[in-house]
Amino acid sequence: MIRTDNLTRNFTVRIKRGRFRREKRTVEAVAGVSLDIGAGEMVGYIGPNGAGKSTTLKMLTGVLTPSSGEARVCGLRPVPERTKLALRIGVVFGQRSQLWWDLPLHESFALLRHIYRVPAGEHAARLRRCRELLDLDDFLDTPVRQLSLGQRMRGELTAALLHGPRVLFLDEPTIGLDVVSKQAVRSFLAELGASGDVTLVLTTHDLADIERLCERLVVIDHGRVVHDGTIEALHARYGSRRSLVADLSSPLPEGFELPGATLVGVEADRHRVTFALDGVTAGAAVAQLVAAVPIRDLSVVEPDIEDVVARLYTT
Amino acid sequence: MGELRAYAALAGAQARSVLAYRASFVVELLGNVGATVFDVLTVLALFRATDRIGGFALPEALLMTSITSAGFALADFLIGNVDRLKTYVRAGTLDAVLVRPLGALPQLLLMDLPMRKLLRVVFGFGVLAVALGLNDIDWTPARVLLITLSPLCGMVFLGSIFVISASLAFWWVDSGEVGSAFTYGGRDFASYPITVYGPVFRGLFAYALGFAFVSYQPALALLGRADPLGLPSGAGFAAPLVALAAAAVATGVWRTGIRHYRSTGS
Repeated sequence: MIRTDNLTRNFTVRIKRGRFRREKRTVEAVAGVSLDIGAGEMVGYIGPNGAGKSTTLKMLTGVLTPSSGEARVCGLRPVPERTKLALRIGVVFGQRSQLWWDLPLHESFALLRHIYRVPAGEHAARLRRCRELLDLDDFLDTPVRQLSLGQRMRGELTAALLHGPRVLFLDEPTIGLDVVSKQAVRSFLAELGASGDVTLVLTTHDLADIERLCERLVVIDHGRVVHDGTIEALHARYGSRRSLVADLSSPLPEGFELPGATLVGVEADRHRVTFALDGVTAGAAVAQLVAAVPIRDLSVVEPDIEDVVARLYTT
Repeated sequence: MGELRAYAALAGAQARSVLAYRASFVVELLGNVGATVFDVLTVLALFRATDRIGGFALPEALLMTSITSAGFALADFLIGNVDRLKTYVRAGTLDAVLVRPLGALPQLLLMDLPMRKLLRVVFGFGVLAVALGLNDIDWTPARVLLITLSPLCGMVFLGSIFVISASLAFWWVDSGEVGSAFTYGGRDFASYPITVYGPVFRGLFAYALGFAFVSYQPALALLGRADPLGLPSGAGFAAPLVALAAAAVATGVWRTGIRHYRSTGS
C-alpha cells in the first residue's frame, strides 16, 4: 500500500554569522527512508522532535516534493498525482485544521462531500457511523472555532474518513487532548484498524497511542530509520525485561538468589523487592520466591516502552 | 463536472463564512468602493490642471482609466487574494489545501473570495459604461468584441501578475509587499496614457512587461487613433494574446513554486 525507496528530503537553512554574512547549510530532514507497508497494517511512526516524521508524512501525502528517492502510495506517485491520491487517502494533521473555521461542523462535512465527490448515500452512512462512535451529535451545529480541542479533533477524524480512504495518515492525532478525549480517539482508531479496511500510519509523541494501536513500530532519528518491527522486537533488541515486584511478609534473606532473574530493587527494609526476569517465566519465578519467603502481594510489570525509546533517541 | 460543483461549494462556504460577521462585511463592502472612486477622481483632478494629458483629451484618458479599473476590480476580486499565500506559506497551512483532491490555486482563491470587493467590480464597470458614452466610437463588430474582451483580458493579465508576485513567497517567505509594486503599481501605470511616462520606464512596464495592452492599446483601437509611439493601429486587438501569454507564464511560475514549498515543522 505504501512503499518508499531511499526517500530523502533536504532543507537549506541560512545561519547568521555576523551582520551580513550568512552561511548556507543543507540539513537532511529525511535521509534515505525505505519502508514497505501492506494493506490494513497499523504502523506507529515515532521519533524525537525534528526527527523527520512530519516531513516523511508530507512527502507521502504529496505536500512536499522529495529531494531524491521514490515513494508510492496506493500505487501512485504522491506529488505528480496529488489530486488523484487525495481521493484515496485521509489526512489528519493534529496542528492544522481541515475544517471551515466559521461554519458549523455539519457544514464542513457537507462541503467535503462535494470536494471529494462522494455519493450521498455512502457519505451519510459513514457520517452516521462516526457520529455514533465519536459522539458528535452534541456539537454538530456549533461553529468550528467554538469547539474544544477534543471536539475539533473528533471532527477532524470524521472529516478525514468521509470519503472512505484506503490509507489514513495521522500526524499527532492526540496532541494536547485530555485523557478522556485521548481514549475516545484511540478506541475509535482501534476499531477502525480492526476492521482491516484502512491502512493506518500515525506519528505521535504519546507512546501509549502506539502500545494501544500499533503492532508495528518504525522509529526514526535524524532522518534515518533506527528500528522497524514489533514492539516486542524492540524490547528484545534493547534488552528491556519484564519485572516481578513482590511485597514480602518478612524481609528477603541476605544473599537470596532467584535463578534466571536479577534483583534490581530493594525497598522498605527488604520487604519490597523487584526482580528483572531474564530467561525465567513469571510463573516459575513466583513459585521459587514463594518457596523461600511468604508473599503478601505481587505484580508483574511490563517493560516501559518510554524508557526503551528514550534510550534509542540518545544513542 | 463534479469538480466544478466542488469549487462552487467552496465559494458558497466562503460566502456563508463572511456572513457570519455581517456588520463588518457591510462596512468593508462600502469602504472598498472608495478605493475605486479615488482612481477615477485622480484622473479628473489632473484634467483640472490641464486639458490634455500625454496628447489625450479627458474622455479618451477616462476610457483607458476605466478599462484598467474594470479589469483590475475583476482581477482583484477573483485573484487578488492570492497574495495571502505568503501567510499560508509562512504558517504552513498550505498543507491542508494540498491534501485535498482539487487544484491548489483555485482552492486558495475560492476559500478567501473577498465578497467585500464585489461593489468595486460593479463600480468599475459603471465608469467604463460612462467613458464609452463620452467617446465618439465608430462601432464595428470587431470593436464590440474588443470592448467585451478588454476587461476580461485586463483581468487575466493583472491576475497573472498577482499570481506571479504572490508566488515569490515560495522562494522567499519574507516577500512582504514587493509584489505590490507590480500589481498595484501596474494598475496605476495602466490607468494613464503611457505617453506620459519617460522612455525607459515606459519601455520596461508597457512593453517588456506588457502593461500597454491592458488599456492603452485596446483604447486606441476602439477610438481608431494611431499610436503616437508608432505601434501599428489595431495593435490593441493583440490584447487577448498578451493576456494568454501572461497566464501561461503565471501557470509555470506557480507550478514551479509549489514544488519549492517547504511547509513548516509541526
